[in-house]
Amino acid sequence: MDAKVISIIAAAVAVSIGSIGPALGEGRSVAAAMDAIARQPEASGTISRTLFVGLAMIETMAIYCLVIALILLFANPYA
Amino acid sequence: MTQSSPLATVVVFHMGSLQVTRPVVTTWAIMAVLAVGSWALTRRLRPEPSRRQAILELLVTGIESQIKEVVRRDARPLLPLLGTLFIFLLVANVSGILPGVQAPTGRIETPAALALIVFLSVHWFGVRARGLLGYLGSFAQPKLIMLPLNLLSEVTRTFSLMVRLFGNIMSGEFLIALLLALAGLLVPVPLMALELLVGVVQAYIFSVLATVFIGAAVGGESAESGEPLEHPATPIE
Repeated sequence: MDAKVISIIAAAVAVSIGSIGPALGEGRSVAAAMDAIARQPEASGTISRTLFVGLAMIETMAIYCLVIALILLFANPYA
Repeated sequence: MTQSSPLATVVVFHMGSLQVTRPVVTTWAIMAVLAVGSWALTRRLRPEPSRRQAILELLVTGIESQIKEVVRRDARPLLPLLGTLFIFLLVANVSGILPGVQAPTGRIETPAALALIVFLSVHWFGVRARGLLGYLGSFAQPKLIMLPLNLLSEVTRTFSLMVRLFGNIMSGEFLIALLLALAGLLVPVPLMALELLVGVVQAYIFSVLATVFIGAAVGGESAESGEPLEHPATPIE
């Protein structure tokens, strides 16, 4: 296997494994926010704003993996 | 493979030795539309608002109250920067839906420039609110040993601000292009609708994070407002 094939496989592995963690994290945080809104509907504005910012933070991890994959595919320094 | 690379840019024309790329031209067009639009909309403001002016006032006061909720102090000094940032990002992210236009935020330079603006204005507002020594001292909070971590987080959060916006918008465009090549004409339409939502949410998130960073730099003491903070703004990441 030359470096090009290895980096294509590595890009796929990076995205697929790297999105497991953020998916679990986002699911947990949305569930917690739903719970909080159900308990206290009057605080839903603050909760959803914090939720959105938090989701963006968690999602950044997956986006990092995507950027690594894109660098491997399109701007690979070794292949 | 390289010609469809999302990291490469298309040079439209040369200005002397400067290369003017396609995202720059799109950004100029958006800036022109926003500037002329703002001028035309605010030309005849009256005490009794017309319908157009009422919508405009709703937008401005809405943004102002959102900023105020985050920084918990007078939002007026921050309103021009953050409001412009939000409106520009909104138009730029959504502009990819027009035929023949690529969203300028889907290339790495535009998010990099915007993140750099946020990075510099965080320090500008911080120094202006606390004084130079007070602001520099805030990096050694809560203990001196946290100083390297605080300095590092300044850089990494700016970097993640850039990568988040770039990655979200670019991956959406890329996905639509792939689906169009694989499946056909009308299949990517639901995805394009999803991309509209993602663009609006990312514009909101970028502005909220910029507000949170500036709010954290300006500081939690809120001496001039005189009211105690319920929970002071904490820096994220």
